Amino acid sequence: MTDVADETTARVGVTASPATSSSEASVAGRASARPVAPAPGGRRGTGSALRKRLEIAFFVAPALLLFLFFVVVPIIRAIQLSAYRWKGYGPLVDFVGFKNYVSVLQNDVFIGALQHNLIIVVASIAIQLPLGLAIALLLNRKMWGQGVLRTIIFVPYVLAEVIAGVVWLQLLQPKYGVIDTVLNAVGINGPEQGFLGTPEYALWTVIVVLTWKYLGLAVILFLAGLQSVPEELYEASQIDGASWWQTQRKITIPLLGPTIRTWAFLSMIGSLQLFDMVWILTGGGPANATTTMATFLINEGTKRQNYGIAGAASVILFVVALVLALLYQRFILRRDIQDPALRKKAKA
Amino acid sequence: MSAVTATSPTTPRTAQGPRRRTGKYTGGNPLVYALALVVVALTLGPVLYGVLGGFRTNAQLAESPAGMPDPWVFFNYAGVLSNPNFWTYAFNSTVIALLTTTLVVVFGIMAAYPLARYKFKGREQIFMVFVLGLLFPATVAIIPLFILITDLNMGNTWWGVALPQAAFALPVTVVILRPFLQALPDELEEAALLDGASRIGFFWRILLPLSGPGMVTVGVLAFVGSWNAYLLPLLLLQSDMKTLPLGVADFSSEYSSDTAGVFAFTTLAMIPALVFFLAMQKRIVNGLQGAVKG
Repeated sequence: MTDVADETTARVGVTASPATSSSEASVAGRASARPVAPAPGGRRGTGSALRKRLEIAFFVAPALLLFLFFVVVPIIRAIQLSAYRWKGYGPLVDFVGFKNYVSVLQNDVFIGALQHNLIIVVASIAIQLPLGLAIALLLNRKMWGQGVLRTIIFVPYVLAEVIAGVVWLQLLQPKYGVIDTVLNAVGINGPEQGFLGTPEYALWTVIVVLTWKYLGLAVILFLAGLQSVPEELYEASQIDGASWWQTQRKITIPLLGPTIRTWAFLSMIGSLQLFDMVWILTGGGPANATTTMATFLINEGTKRQNYGIAGAASVILFVVALVLALLYQRFILRRDIQDPALRKKAKA
Repeated sequence: MSAVTATSPTTPRTAQGPRRRTGKYTGGNPLVYALALVVVALTLGPVLYGVLGGFRTNAQLAESPAGMPDPWVFFNYAGVLSNPNFWTYAFNSTVIALLTTTLVVVFGIMAAYPLARYKFKGREQIFMVFVLGLLFPATVAIIPLFILITDLNMGNTWWGVALPQAAFALPVTVVILRPFLQALPDELEEAALLDGASRIGFFWRILLPLSGPGMVTVGVLAFVGSWNAYLLPLLLLQSDMKTLPLGVADFSSEYSSDTAGVFAFTTLAMIPALVFFLAMQKRIVNGLQGAVKG
């Protein structure tokens, strides 16, 4: 692991090497282990500023360097690629400026993909938030088999999107799949080409599968948030004569506010980068009805070798994610008072 | 699903007045159990169907898609288990997931510590770098990443996949661990410092043991994330370096008419992640519960 850190240090060219700072920090740490009580407030006195800085560098550097080298640098390279026409070999010489962006933004397939992503963002939160809350509150009651239930609800999330996708693909096979068979038995005829093969249904079918896959994460996160609600609050509200429902509404759900906001943020970012499930279920089809920005750029990059176009598409994807995240950060995560935000979200 | 959907959206809005349901926290309400049963059926249904489908023949599946195995056949599973590729893929998946998890947990807790408990200039800025990192979808960087890894001669290697995966998992790790570490009471740190421990000593002897549950949580997330990863391995790994998700996707497109075989392969491929999760689950839940009680 130190090898890796050193290697990244050398490549990125940052001056503070984690190795040196580590040894100095530990020496300093030993030297300071004196049995003298520090000043009140726990902060060290004179001469500790440098050591503190070295400690911070030692702790933060490995993560920061790994992150810079394998996340930030490639993203900068993507921006660079987006300004060239490049087929994957030879030097970058064919500079085209913003032409790739123009052709991506004029591409109906990409605009469709962007719309699909936004539909999935909204639908995921609008469907999973109420469902997840309901199931979390249900499973938070003391009931028989509670532990098993909590495990079961999380199972789909643990599966790979690819594996879940392959199973659902079989279930959703037109006519012979079990879903069409069951629907037939109750008198509903599935679409001729199957749910995934019909443009009007395909996107919503993908959303149903995604809900199945990711609801468990919401439930587990909400349950974890519920665990942190002190038992005394329940007892107090019980003594005050509150009903189960009043307790949930006035105590539990408001206290879940931060958890919900964090979850919604993660869900949004996940929806924007959706790739695996779509790639397995539909490959973006039929007739581009389920393309996402990610499937678009992988298609351009790996199948057509249009690296410049793929670069431009990935920068646009990044900008969309960034803008949405900043808006979210500004208008929802930053709220000091929990209640209004929560009420707003509950109505969404 | 309809039963659940019907109750949930109405619940946040209605019920200004008290509901009829009495304020008991003990279970026993048949409706609650019925709802739970619906949730379980919908959650497990597709998985169980796949598992059982592996015990049927393609003829059985075609004849009555919704039926049970009759008779039970084992050659689908036997076929997968005697397929050396399956074991190669499983081994690759395991190694890459372990490498990723180790990197993420070690680097993540180290970074989260000063970000949570030191006061210094630029702390929030560094934290923001990681928060913004949540927005860097791996897909944005995937093609340059592919070029970078190949240039480093790490294409088609375990490290070539594990290092970028760890890098992309770090933001969520730091974002989860920081509040976790912040929540540890200040009195603990003051007491340790009073007893003569350095901040590093505090990190090793008190913070690390106490943040075990938090580390398990982020570790499990990183492991599962790596185990399930598809896109990066798809671009980087070929032939006998492939991981299980690639193997599953290959198998299902190569033998698409062999539905029973596909079910058997997917079932066996999902077992390791499920077992791992079941083994860890108690610790995750406990960890998330009351991290600090002593």
